[in-house]
Amino acid sequence: MSRVTIELEDIWFWYEDPEQPALQGLSLAIPQGQFVALVGANGSGKSTLVKHLNGLLRPKRGTVRVAGTDAAGLSVGELARQVGFLFQHPEQQIFGATVHQEVAFGPRNLGLGTADVQDRTQAALERFELTGVADRPPAILSYGLRRRVTLASLAAMDPPIVVLDEPTVGLDAAGLNDTLDWIQELSTRQRTILFVTHKMNLAAEYAARAIVLEQGQIIGDGSPRDLFGQAGLLARASLVPPPVTLLAQALQTGGMPGDCLSVEAFCESYVALFRENESRSRTGRAGP
Amino acid sequence: MASSTPPPTGGTVPDPAGIRLGQVHFAYPASTPGLTPPWVLDGLDLTVRPGEWLAVMGASDVGKTTLCLLLAGLAPHLTGGTLEGQIVVAGQDTRHYAPPALARTVGIVFQEAEAQLFNPTVEAEVAWGLENLAWPVDAIQSQVDAMLALFRLGHVRHRAPTDLSGGEKKRLALASVLAMRPPILILDEPMGGLDPAGRQEVLESLANLRRIQSATIVMTESDPEAVAAFAERLIVLHQGRIALDGTPRTLFPQIAELTALGVSVPQMALVAATLNKRLGTSFDFLSVDQAREALAVHLV
Repeated sequence: MSRVTIELEDIWFWYEDPEQPALQGLSLAIPQGQFVALVGANGSGKSTLVKHLNGLLRPKRGTVRVAGTDAAGLSVGELARQVGFLFQHPEQQIFGATVHQEVAFGPRNLGLGTADVQDRTQAALERFELTGVADRPPAILSYGLRRRVTLASLAAMDPPIVVLDEPTVGLDAAGLNDTLDWIQELSTRQRTILFVTHKMNLAAEYAARAIVLEQGQIIGDGSPRDLFGQAGLLARASLVPPPVTLLAQALQTGGMPGDCLSVEAFCESYVALFRENESRSRTGRAGP
Repeated sequence: MASSTPPPTGGTVPDPAGIRLGQVHFAYPASTPGLTPPWVLDGLDLTVRPGEWLAVMGASDVGKTTLCLLLAGLAPHLTGGTLEGQIVVAGQDTRHYAPPALARTVGIVFQEAEAQLFNPTVEAEVAWGLENLAWPVDAIQSQVDAMLALFRLGHVRHRAPTDLSGGEKKRLALASVLAMRPPILILDEPMGGLDPAGRQEVLESLANLRRIQSATIVMTESDPEAVAAFAERLIVLHQGRIALDGTPRTLFPQIAELTALGVSVPQMALVAATLNKRLGTSFDFLSVDQAREALAVHLV
């Protein structure tokens, strides 16, 4: 078992009213390199939870440990070396005067040498096709481009733990592919990833483990495929299976497996059944 | 730069909830003095019938948000920039009507809902627009209650909007705008960041709203499933103009064209195309129900 890199112990948090806690005695351990999907309805505490990992929020009670150190003793800046964030809305994390400065900000703050900062910045700008807008102020770019700026900033930092908070929202087809490719890359490079998403198919495709939150508590923890087979749990987490899964379930009496989570998986199974039936009816007709 | 020829303004009776854009060119102010900024919209012609539900799709920097800002008069009145051509919304030429004057007929919900929440409590946020429209106090109260119930915000009515979750903020922004019952609704990615239950809720309340008062809806949306399920008409923008214009049913099977234009297609359209390619069939479905019917026949 790999070293535990994120550890939450009996975390309590509330915004104003202690009677309405956003997190209620939540405990959780994530080993290094694990890809975890964090799912749950809007308001279930997903964003509140992940904001504890970079010190944007501090628990009212309980302990947060990041890479073995109690986060209470670490500043937001110190935590940022360990935990990189991709927020839901790019404007929450863009403040550089130009795209180049924005992307260079992170590596510079890591205390790297000028040449190193420049290399990382350049590589990230190229990786996300931003060299053409490097001198422009991020604020005037479109939503999709600003999203790529935040991806590039994070890639330039390359932190060991990455929190992705609904990273695919508002992206066009190309942007979505860029983001998913990069997530795949992170995963191959054994980064610890916490992926906040409403998209079951993405969770099932990428994550080894899914954690389901409801009212600031964990109500499910296991492999996405196991959890997503539990209709009651899905409803409580306000998760809806993707259309292709609903279709497969509707065709289960015809022999389709009910756990198809992608178009490819669905078509693979359907084509096999279709051909099987075709050849059976041919044999039937040619029979004695 | 394209020259501007004033387009015909159409009939003399203003459409109560129609939209007409004739040869619209728009550019934001230059970010660097002396540089000529590019046209974001470059000769866009578009007519939206009163009561139509129009979805606008396209790659990420194609001008979808700009179109929304123009329809609400926020561009160029607040953004600055150069506008050529004509935009008539509910009979009002946006060049001559500033956003406050348009606000009675045009409601807009921004992609980043935070941008439009500024009241101390959730309930005050929903009431604010109604107070400005000088609704009677009783009517305001019952409309606020109805909207909070419709968008499941009753339990946070006394909280500050800034403390809400992303999805709750989005629902609040929608509730505040829908409360005013504008005949034209401009929605920029209204479902972004909402959970599936929230998305369904928003789509259904929009459908309801339209049944009650035949609102015209212009909605930019990157989720093809929502477009396939609810929009009556779909336009795809490319290079500042309309590249495709049709119903979701006719356009979504054009997977290669849409992908090239940066638009995702619904899963059911992908399933149909994949199966047609591999099996030589001619499936044509967009919804799960249609697909189930067509596919079940071939399974025993």
